[in-house]
Amino acid sequence: MDVRTFIAGWPVYRQLTGADPLGRGAAAKSKGSAELVARTETADRVARSVCPYCAVGCGQRVFVKDERVVQIEGDPDSPISRGRLCPKGSASRSLVTGPLRQKKVLYRRPYGTDWEELDLATAMDMIADRVVAARAATWEDRDPAGRPLNRTLGISGLGGATLDNEENYLIKKLFTAIGAIQIENQARI
Amino acid sequence: MAEAHPVGFQWVVEAKARGAKIIHVDPRFTRTSALADLYVPMRAGGDVAFLGGVVNYILSNNKDFREYVVAYTNAATIVSDEFLDTEDLDGLFSGYDQDRRVYDPQSWQYAGHEPEGARQHDHEVQRETASPLQHESHGPGVGGETERDETLQHPNCVYQILRRHFSRYTPEIVERVTGVPRDKFLAVCEAWTANSGRERTTALVYSVGWTQHSVGVQYIRTGAIIQLLLGNMGRPGGGILALRGHASIQGSTDVPTLFNLLPGYLPMPHHANHETLRNWIDAIRNPGQKGFWGNAEAFAVSLLKAYWGDRATAENDFGYGYMPRLTGDHGTYQQVFNMIDGKVKGYFLVGQNPAVGSAHGRAQRLGMANLDWLVVRDLYMIESATFWKDGPEVATGEIAPERCRTEVFFLPAASHVEKEGTFTQTQRLLQWREKAVDPPGECRSDLWFFYHLGKRIKQRLASSTLPRDRAVLDLAWEYPTHGELDEPSAEAVLREINGYEVETGRPLSGFTELRADGSTVGGCWIYSGVYADGVNQANRRRPGDEQSWVAPEWGWAWPMNRRILYNRASADPRGRPWSERKAYVWWDPERAEWTGHDVPDFEKNKDPAYRPVPGTSGPEGLAGDDAFIMQGDGKGWLYAPDGLIDGPLPTHYEPAESIVRNPLYGQQDNPTRNIYDRPDNPLNPSPPDPDTSVFPFVFTTSRLTEHHTAGGMSRTLAYLSELQPEMFIEVSPELARERGLTHLGWAHVVTARAVVEGRVLVTDRLAPLRVEGRTVHQIWLPYHWGTTGLTTGDSANDLFGVTLDPNVLIQESKVGTCDIRAGRRPAGRASLAYVAEYRKRAGLPAEPAPRSNQGREGEEAGA
Repeated sequence: MDVRTFIAGWPVYRQLTGADPLGRGAAAKSKGSAELVARTETADRVARSVCPYCAVGCGQRVFVKDERVVQIEGDPDSPISRGRLCPKGSASRSLVTGPLRQKKVLYRRPYGTDWEELDLATAMDMIADRVVAARAATWEDRDPAGRPLNRTLGISGLGGATLDNEENYLIKKLFTAIGAIQIENQARI
Repeated sequence: MAEAHPVGFQWVVEAKARGAKIIHVDPRFTRTSALADLYVPMRAGGDVAFLGGVVNYILSNNKDFREYVVAYTNAATIVSDEFLDTEDLDGLFSGYDQDRRVYDPQSWQYAGHEPEGARQHDHEVQRETASPLQHESHGPGVGGETERDETLQHPNCVYQILRRHFSRYTPEIVERVTGVPRDKFLAVCEAWTANSGRERTTALVYSVGWTQHSVGVQYIRTGAIIQLLLGNMGRPGGGILALRGHASIQGSTDVPTLFNLLPGYLPMPHHANHETLRNWIDAIRNPGQKGFWGNAEAFAVSLLKAYWGDRATAENDFGYGYMPRLTGDHGTYQQVFNMIDGKVKGYFLVGQNPAVGSAHGRAQRLGMANLDWLVVRDLYMIESATFWKDGPEVATGEIAPERCRTEVFFLPAASHVEKEGTFTQTQRLLQWREKAVDPPGECRSDLWFFYHLGKRIKQRLASSTLPRDRAVLDLAWEYPTHGELDEPSAEAVLREINGYEVETGRPLSGFTELRADGSTVGGCWIYSGVYADGVNQANRRRPGDEQSWVAPEWGWAWPMNRRILYNRASADPRGRPWSERKAYVWWDPERAEWTGHDVPDFEKNKDPAYRPVPGTSGPEGLAGDDAFIMQGDGKGWLYAPDGLIDGPLPTHYEPAESIVRNPLYGQQDNPTRNIYDRPDNPLNPSPPDPDTSVFPFVFTTSRLTEHHTAGGMSRTLAYLSELQPEMFIEVSPELARERGLTHLGWAHVVTARAVVEGRVLVTDRLAPLRVEGRTVHQIWLPYHWGTTGLTTGDSANDLFGVTLDPNVLIQESKVGTCDIRAGRRPAGRASLAYVAEYRKRAGLPAEPAPRSNQGREGEEAGA
C-alpha cells in the first residue's frame, strides 16, 4: 500500500478534505461497512403482512431466507403507515423468532407440580374428549317453561382480538353448534 | 395516541404541520400532550361533565351548524310529553324502577310512538345481554313517521330538551367536577366550534380511557352529540374515531367471539324473546321500519345457511331450532364468578391473558384454579397458564399446586407470519396477510386448532341419536386443507364469510345480493363484498402514492369498501358539497347518481329531492336527504329514544368509586350500572358514604409505548423488556411530599381488592387538581406486568373490582380510588392481612376463603 492510499484510508483525512466534513457519511465508512449487505437484499422472498400489535394496521414486509424469517420491516406502500413501525412493530421479528417462544405442547395434570410434555395429537384427542364430556354433563335442553335452550354453561372461551377474522368465524360457528354460548374476547375489556 | 398508537399519530403531526390545532385532554401529560397546541389535564371520570359543558357552550352561543342539524339530526323531532329529564328528577330520567334498577323507556319515545316503543324493551334483559352492542352497525328500531318542528321552537323538540338538559353544564360546573380551569375549558370550546362548519371539520379521537367506565357508552354519546351539532359526522376530517388496541379487535366484534352477538351484529337468540325464527327476525328488522336494517331477514337466513348448509331448509326454519339460547348475562365477568362458584368445567384461552389483562386479577386466577380443565393457546408462556405454580395466590398460600385440581393444556400458537388471513384494523379496514413460513414445532394456527377440534368432536358424536347432537352433526364443517399440517384454507372461510349463491357457488358482490329464501349463504353480511368477483379484495395493495388520498384500493373496508360512514352528510340536503374544500361525495344531476372520492353511503340513484309515500318501510321509506340510512328515522341521534339502558341523554354520574359527591344531582352514580354484589368483589366506599378517607386518592392506568396489553407479546421479548424493564407508579411531586414517596424508591397502592407495588416515578406530568373545593391527587400505573416473562412485576389490574357499563358490559377499569404508601408491600400471607385491615377500616365485610384451596378434599367428598 503506498502512502497516498494509506493516508486516504484515514477517516479524519476524508472528513477534512471530502464532501462529508461532519463525518457522518462517506468519510466514516470502512471497508467492512462498505461490504455489509442488508438481510433484506439477500432474502429469498418477501411476504406482505400486517403488524400484530395494536389496531392501526401498519403494513409489514416479512423477509424470508432458507425458510426462516430474517427481517420484518415497515411496508412503504401502505397508505396507513407509509413504511413506519413503532418499537413494538419493529420488534416483531423477535416475537416470531425469540428464544422464549413456546414450540411444544405442555401438560399440567390435576394436582401436578410441574409441566410435562405431551404430543399434539394426544392433546387434541384429550381436549375433544373433555369438551364432549363437559357438554353432556352440563347440557340444558329447555327452560322451565319448555322453551328451547340447547346449550351448555359448562364451557367458556376467551380471546379473539389477536386472531384473524377467519379464525373468529370458525370459533363462533363451532361454539354455537355445540351450544357453548359463553364466549368472549378483548372487545369486552 | 402518541404513546399507544404512535404510527397512527403521524397523521396528527402531519395535520399540525398543515395548520391544524391539536388539543389533548388527559389526566396525565404524555407524548401526545407534548405535541399538542393545548393540553388540558382533568379528573378521570369527569368526561360527561366536560363534554356536556361543550354542548352547553354550543347551544347557548348558537354555534351549531344549523342547516346540517335541522336536515340530518333528530333535533326537530318531538318527544313524548311524558318524558321527564334528570333536571326534573334530580339525576334520574322518567320510568325508573327502583327495585330492578332499570328504566321503562316508554316515556322516552318520540311523540306518537309511545305504545309501540315499549314493545320489546325489558331493559333488565337488554342489560344482561348487552343488547345495545348490536347497534354498532345500525340504530335501534323506531318508527319512521315522526312529528317535527323545523323551527326548533317546540318545547318538546329534541333541540329544546337538549338545551334544558345541558343548561347546568356551565364552565363553573365543569371546573368544579373535572378540575379544568374555566379559561382552558373555554379555549377548547372556542377552538372546536371555530374549526367546524361548512369550510372546516374537527375529528374526535378516543380510546379505552373513554370506554372502560360504568358510563363509558354515554361518554362517547356526548362526543357524538357535539360532532352532530357541529356538522362533523360523515364528512372528511371529521368523525369520532376509536383507537383500538389489538390487531383485529374490530374484526372480533364484527365476526364476534362474544356471547351476545352473531356475525354482523345479529343478536344471539334469547330464550324468551326469540323462541321462534319469526320472533328472532322480527326483533331484528322491526317490521314496518324504514332504512336498510329492514332487509335483516336475508342476513339472518343466509347466516343459518352458512352454519347448517344443506340441512338448513325453509321446512326446518333453516336450522333455527339448533341455535343455543341466552337467558341472561353470560359475559366474561359473570363467567369468572361462576368459575369461582364451581359451575364451569372447561375454559379456552385463545391469545388472551385475563390473569393480567382483566379487571380483578385475583378473581380471574381463583376462577381458573377451580376448573376441571383449561386450554391455553399462545405464542409465549403467560400468567394465565402458570397461575397454579407462580401466581400471587401461590405466594399467599391460597393456591397450592398439590391442591389445585385444574388440568392445564398449553398449546403453542402460530404467529401472524406463519398463517394467512385477515385482520380488521381500527377503521373497519380488512387487510389480508400472506404467509411467510410454516409454523415451527407443534405451533399451529387457531384456524387449524378449531377446525380439527370440530372434526374430532363430530367423530365422537357420529353415532349419536340424541337430539342435542344433531346440531353438531349437521354443522357445515367442510373446508379444503393443504400442506403437511392439514391447514384449512383461510380463503375458503373468507369466501363463506363473504357469501355465495348456493346453486352456482358464485361469490356475492355485496349484501344486497343476500336472500331470505335460502338461496344464498352469507357468514357475515357486513363483510359481504370482500370476496366480490372471486377476488380477495382484502389483499389489494396498490401503493398509497399511486392512488387518491382516500386510497380505496388498499385492503377493503366494510360495508362495501366505504371509508367514511354516512358520507351522504358530506353534501348538503340538495346533494351539493357543503364547500369546495370539504367536497367528498355529491349528487351528479346529469348522470342522476351519487359520486365522489369514496363509495357513497347511500342508494346510488336516489335523488336528493326524493320523498317517500308516508308509511313506506325499508330503504324506500327514507327520503333523499335522510343521510343516516341505518337509523329508522334516517337521522343522526342527538337524543336516543331507544337503545340505551342508562338514559336517552348523557348525564354526569360519578364513577362507582369516587371521592366526591356528584355536584350536579342527588343521584351519585350510574343508577343502572351492572353490579356483582359479592363478598369477593368489594368496592371502596364512595359518597354519600361519609367516610372515604381510607382510600383518598384517584388512580388510572394505561399503556406504555414499548409494551402491549398483558405483556404476553412484549415482556417476553428482549428489546422491549430492556426499553421498559420495570413496573412503576407515577405520582406528582405534591403527592410524593404528602406521602413521603421518593423518586425511584418503592411504594405500594392499596384497594379493597389488592395491594400492588412498584418503583416510584415522581414527575409533574401529573398535577393535583381542585375539585369541589378540595385537592384531588391522581396516581397513574401501567398495567402490563405479571409473574412470567423477561421482566416481571405486580399487575395493576388486580387493584380494580368489577362494575360494568350497563349497555355493553365493559368494566370500569380506568378509574378507581386507592391509598398509596411508601415502601414495599408485605409479601405472601401478610399481604392478605394487610388488605383485610384496609377493608376493616373502610367498613367492608371480610372476604371468605376461596374454594380453589379445597381441591382434592372436595373432589374426594364428591366421589
